Amino acid sequence: MGYLPNFIFLCLLIFGGGFFTRNILRIKRNILLGKEAGRNDQKSERWKHMVRVALGQSKMGVKPVAAALHLVVYIGFILINIELLEIILDGLLGTHRLFAPLLGSIYDFLIGSFEILALLVLIAVIFFWTRRNLVKIERFWKSEMKGWPKRDADYILYFEVVLMLLFLSMNATDALLQQQAAESYIKAGSFPVSQFLTPLFEGLGLEALILLERSFWWAHITGIIIFLNYLYYSKHLHILLAFPNTFYANLDSQGKFSIDTDIKREVMLMLFPEKAATEPESSSPPDKFGASDVFDLKWTQLMNAYSCTECGRCTEVCPANQTGKKLSPRKIMMDTRDRLEEVGININVNKGVFEDDQKQLLNDYISPEELWACTSCNACVEACPVAIDPLSIIMDMRQYLVMEQSAAPQELNAMMGNIENNGAPWPFSNQDRLQWINEK
Amino acid sequence: MSVEVPTLASLQAQGKKAAVVFWVGCAGSFDDRAKKITKAFVKILNHTQTSFAVLGTEESCTGDPAKRAGNEFLFQMQALQNISTLDSYGVTKIVTTCPHCFNTLKNEYPELGGHYKVMHHTQFLKSLIKEGSLKVEGGSYKGKRITYHDPCYLGRANKIFEAPRDLIKKLDAELVEMKACKTKGLCCGAGGAQMFKDAEEGDKEINIERTEQALDTQAEIIAAACPFCNTMMTDGIKNKKQEDEVKIMDVAELIANANNL
Ligand code: SF4
Ligand code: SF4
Repeated sequence: MGYLPNFIFLCLLIFGGGFFTRNILRIKRNILLGKEAGRNDQKSERWKHMVRVALGQSKMGVKPVAAALHLVVYIGFILINIELLEIILDGLLGTHRLFAPLLGSIYDFLIGSFEILALLVLIAVIFFWTRRNLVKIERFWKSEMKGWPKRDADYILYFEVVLMLLFLSMNATDALLQQQAAESYIKAGSFPVSQFLTPLFEGLGLEALILLERSFWWAHITGIIIFLNYLYYSKHLHILLAFPNTFYANLDSQGKFSIDTDIKREVMLMLFPEKAATEPESSSPPDKFGASDVFDLKWTQLMNAYSCTECGRCTEVCPANQTGKKLSPRKIMMDTRDRLEEVGININVNKGVFEDDQKQLLNDYISPEELWACTSCNACVEACPVAIDPLSIIMDMRQYLVMEQSAAPQELNAMMGNIENNGAPWPFSNQDRLQWINEK
Repeated sequence: MSVEVPTLASLQAQGKKAAVVFWVGCAGSFDDRAKKITKAFVKILNHTQTSFAVLGTEESCTGDPAKRAGNEFLFQMQALQNISTLDSYGVTKIVTTCPHCFNTLKNEYPELGGHYKVMHHTQFLKSLIKEGSLKVEGGSYKGKRITYHDPCYLGRANKIFEAPRDLIKKLDAELVEMKACKTKGLCCGAGGAQMFKDAEEGDKEINIERTEQALDTQAEIIAAACPFCNTMMTDGIKNKKQEDEVKIMDVAELIANANNL
């Protein structure tokens, strides 16, 4: 056999890594279809925000039980990656438990803790599954969660179970082989959890045991590589994107909506032509106000869409959604991602250029009815554990409806007409502004 | 009791200046319910001999409802004209009883060239108490059960949760919280220009949902700090036929009443 396993392993790594890199580059390309966002300021504040919200998961605490279990899975994910390093090196070099002699008793401690973590992850996953499928928490069963989003959420839980069981079975068979002093199975590690699995494998011959141990080992690493590549298709992309997403989040007060500087120049020209001359000329005059498709959004809004965990905390607190309106901020994010993916595939197929497909985010995905139901209350923004801002997309799309299509609801047109004509949203004369003084 | 309300123009004619401009807002100027809040606040300003002035007929909509409705152009037209008026008087400090005006003046005007120190009236009242010019004792509100509704543009958007609550506590009242409060406060349904249109199809009105949460606290008074929330909650209470049992009051009205103003 010689170096054949090493070679196969190398191929697996190159193939898995290559596919993953290709997907990441595609996501990056798609995100950068968005417009400049001007979020390169306040670097130190941004780092702090990222550490607090992404690493520290500060926004998860609102639901303490879910927060604790999510933390277990998250720490499990990170720590078990340390083990992954050893697995990769073993695979490439043809060694077995390479780190054991180097780390001595620390190694035993590490393996023991990984096992306990694996058990905790299993418990957490069972809890998550129960919550989703038996308790049927409402936010997991809204209309936008039908089909793929629902399956995606379950698949990932099954994935975790399989990976953890493979890891523990691998250790269980390894421990038996160590007991039998099989060649190259050095005595290392402690197995507080997998010891309960060993009875399953007792009584097997040496060869069968080795075959099983190797199978578990290969299945485990292959599973991890598949998992890595599955991310791209899943809401689980957040485990990577939560970091840049919180870094580039809006750090201003939530009530401050972005000001369009191109419009400012035009308004200045109308009102104060003498002062407008000092305004910086914009490089390219806007071809369109507001957003009707993903190209009109900022790149940070597009990154938001890829970062969405589909947890529905935003929709759960949305006053419009709570009272039965069509609007769901989570759906706004999912639609944006779906449309962006569609555009991305279009670009792939057409060798790097987007061919008009007669579709757009507005109407084909998000209806005006949803957009007009929003009270701009910011509850969704506040609730999001990864600092996503669905409201900004809603506002940009409203801007398109009003400024490009004059398609506001009739009553709002009347309100705006009043502001234009008499400086108040109601039809009162501005001359009467002080009437209240004399009223009782 | 009559009130003294100088305008910036009249003060300027006398060569005088005001320490703070009271931005009344469109609701505060034209809406029947909100006008009462405006008056209550002015009574406190008079009582504490605060040097203030209003813009009067020179005030115009901040543009907030236009912006939230998607009309950035109209918003900026309003904003730039208002900034030009405010700057012509050299205004540096503004107080307003409307969280929407407050938010827009404070957060959105600076990028358009309007830089002012902007305060919501609950913050301002708190500062008057701190300075010692305003004294508050419970009076008729002593021991009353009061719940407070966070306006989205004051609370979540600008993280002002404590100033209005501190004022209510000063009344020796029993402050009770609704199940959704502070950062989790539920909207009254008026924001984002919803005030000016019918709601989209659904199974309930937002203000009814919020009113139910308020009624669940068994409070005798629902305190608000926004003229629009006030309207929405008042409608909600009427819908529930509770208008005789439960009152919707602005925090400024509570303070003014407690001082028999
Ligand atoms: S801002 Fe709009 S979408 Fe977000 S929670 Fe409020 S009403 Fe819903
Ligand atoms: S936008 Fe945020 S809160 Fe809403 S579903 Fe996505 S991750 Fe959850």
